[in-house]
Amino acid sequence: MSTLSLVEERAVRRIAIGHTLNRWDVKLSPYLYVSPFFVLFALTGLFPLLYTAYVSVFDWHIIGGQGDFVGLGNFEWVLAQEKFWISLRNSFSIFLLSAVPQVILALIIAAVLDQNLRSKTFWRMGVLVPYVVAPVAVALIFSNMFGDQYGLINNLLGRIGLDPVGWHSQVVPSHLAIATMVNFRWTGYNALIFLAAMQAVPRDYYEAAMLDGAGRVRQFLSITVPSLRPTLIFVIITSTIGGLQIFDEPRMYDSAGTGGASSQWLTITMYIYNQGFGPAGGGQFGHAAAAAWILFLIIIVVGLINLAATRTIASSGSRSAS
Amino acid sequence: MSTSRRTLAAAITGAVTFALLASGCSSAPAPGGTPETLTLATFNDFGYTDAMLAEYTDLTGIKIVQNKAATSNDARTNYFTKLGAGSGLADVEAVEIDWFAELMQYSDKLADLSNPDLADRWVQWKADAATDPDGRLIAYGTDIGPQAICYRSDLFAAAGLPTDRAEVAALIDGDWANYFSVGEGFVANSDAAWFDSSGAILQGILNQDPETLESTDGTVIATTNPVVETAYTDVLDAGSTLSAHLSQWSDDWAAGFANGAFATMLCPGWMLGVIEGNAPEVTGWDIANVFPGGGGNWGGSYLTVPAQGKNTEAAKKFADWLTAPEQQLKAFVTTGNFPSQTSLYNADELLSVTRPYFNDAPTGQIFSDRSSAVTVAPFKGAKYFPVMDALQNAITRVDVDQTEDASASWTDFVTDVNAIG
Repeated sequence: MSTLSLVEERAVRRIAIGHTLNRWDVKLSPYLYVSPFFVLFALTGLFPLLYTAYVSVFDWHIIGGQGDFVGLGNFEWVLAQEKFWISLRNSFSIFLLSAVPQVILALIIAAVLDQNLRSKTFWRMGVLVPYVVAPVAVALIFSNMFGDQYGLINNLLGRIGLDPVGWHSQVVPSHLAIATMVNFRWTGYNALIFLAAMQAVPRDYYEAAMLDGAGRVRQFLSITVPSLRPTLIFVIITSTIGGLQIFDEPRMYDSAGTGGASSQWLTITMYIYNQGFGPAGGGQFGHAAAAAWILFLIIIVVGLINLAATRTIASSGSRSAS
Repeated sequence: MSTSRRTLAAAITGAVTFALLASGCSSAPAPGGTPETLTLATFNDFGYTDAMLAEYTDLTGIKIVQNKAATSNDARTNYFTKLGAGSGLADVEAVEIDWFAELMQYSDKLADLSNPDLADRWVQWKADAATDPDGRLIAYGTDIGPQAICYRSDLFAAAGLPTDRAEVAALIDGDWANYFSVGEGFVANSDAAWFDSSGAILQGILNQDPETLESTDGTVIATTNPVVETAYTDVLDAGSTLSAHLSQWSDDWAAGFANGAFATMLCPGWMLGVIEGNAPEVTGWDIANVFPGGGGNWGGSYLTVPAQGKNTEAAKKFADWLTAPEQQLKAFVTTGNFPSQTSLYNADELLSVTRPYFNDAPTGQIFSDRSSAVTVAPFKGAKYFPVMDALQNAITRVDVDQTEDASASWTDFVTDVNAIG
């Protein structure tokens, strides 16, 4: 009896161990599978974020390193700088001039690509070509085209009898020129994302709508757009983040890369870079870090506003469709 | 279950590998003696060709790896970031004069290159500027930028001015007011402008004064110094009729060369390559052996040896060899970067150099003369670069963008300088 019970007990225990491991497997493995992303994120995203916060409360120089603790002094300094506010204005202006036309254009292009075209793949890949071109190369070509005195565009304007535009010297034209580069690069990319989402819309809806006598435009507005709600939110939020962080294009817009003589196209990321690394900023990492954190907070706020706005628009759209 | 064990093992292996990779980047320092390779970091074009570096390998057995940054600004960012981090710089690093003063504050992070044998190698002001307050020489001079006047003889001829370079030199010889008044005569008979950019003229004038933007004790005096404000007003007054309203280094400026937008420009030796590159098709560029208001220097570079390097002794010898007259002469022939080595100024090899693109101008002779005309080395302290940047922006707002008048732009300049502190 006792021998038997011992053997039984051992067997039970063995099962129990196996059972525990099995439970762990079920519970832990999924987390383990996704952990590489989070480990990488912690190293390359979270750590710099927190370290920047740490730097932002010190007097910190690029070469001298960590100095005295200054509390919120760096934030006060940044917020008192006129250039900071100009750069904020520029970032928002360029962001609006690029994001809004970009999303609308991308929607239209996607809708066209969603039709029965010959050699579909060719057209779909075609819209992605600008995305493959390096942003710096795009900026070099466009800044040449937008030259004030000898640029291609002013040349063409002159041919049709219009006055040349100060693409570099004036505020709004310089923003338009930079927004054009951004749109050139990102519209096709967003169009493909929209296209993928559009193809997931059940075709029955369109058949039903056609039977009800709805035209193409009506179908697009009442079926396609509301069905794209999650994708719209995704695209708008990513283009918000990208738009407020815009750097390559404005930095390459002239040879000095400092945003123009009166900071016409100085964006907030360029301001951060100039404070930390640029010749004019004097390597003040504390100031740069504070400005970076302010930008981070602004992006979060704008992202939340966007989320709320897109939710309302998209849900009211789908209600009217149903 | 076996799957889970394998996964676990794989995950652990992965994590360990990752940790090893992360911590494994530090390599053992090279043992004493001759290193196998030395790294050299330059920007733009120093004229250190592969053939020249191979010569050094033949002499010493040390392999040289050169890393070229596109612009001086890129090189500056790289230098300051890695100097702060304490590692990652090349064994020999090139520095431009404009941000050299900023670097001078951290001269203790650079190797002492003093060597009594080299005391007379460079023009005096070049070596003085590279000596830190403790008397350590921290950099070897490469080139300097003595300025002449480059001009378009075809545009001169069309406007009825002389075209021969000696006659042009005689015409322009004098102060800045004379240069401007000759310009007035030119623009009255030509569609082209007299000079390319008011910003360039301003820095030409300011480089002739010992104290401009900062006083020698390092205080920023740009906004109160009458020299600066007078130069600012004079240049903008003259610029309204004489300037091509271009901002130097912009796309428009580069296109202006090919379009014949202007007839003269201030011309340090290194500018010759820029002109030739921007307007390879244009014939008519020439160089006059003259400069308004006496001599003037614009730009030039140094080689430094960061103390963080593992082979500072070998690097010092290499920098010594690179800045020796023989090598800098070759660099001058390749690029037009005029050497700072005095022994070359009387050498036939240098004086006989001519440049076909500039109507076979004797560039060796001209820049040698221009170099001896330089008597003043303007003081450039730690704040020189940002203040000069703000001043150039002030000029650009009036001359190029035309978005503000001279006095409003000056007010903004004062605000900018106060923000620099």
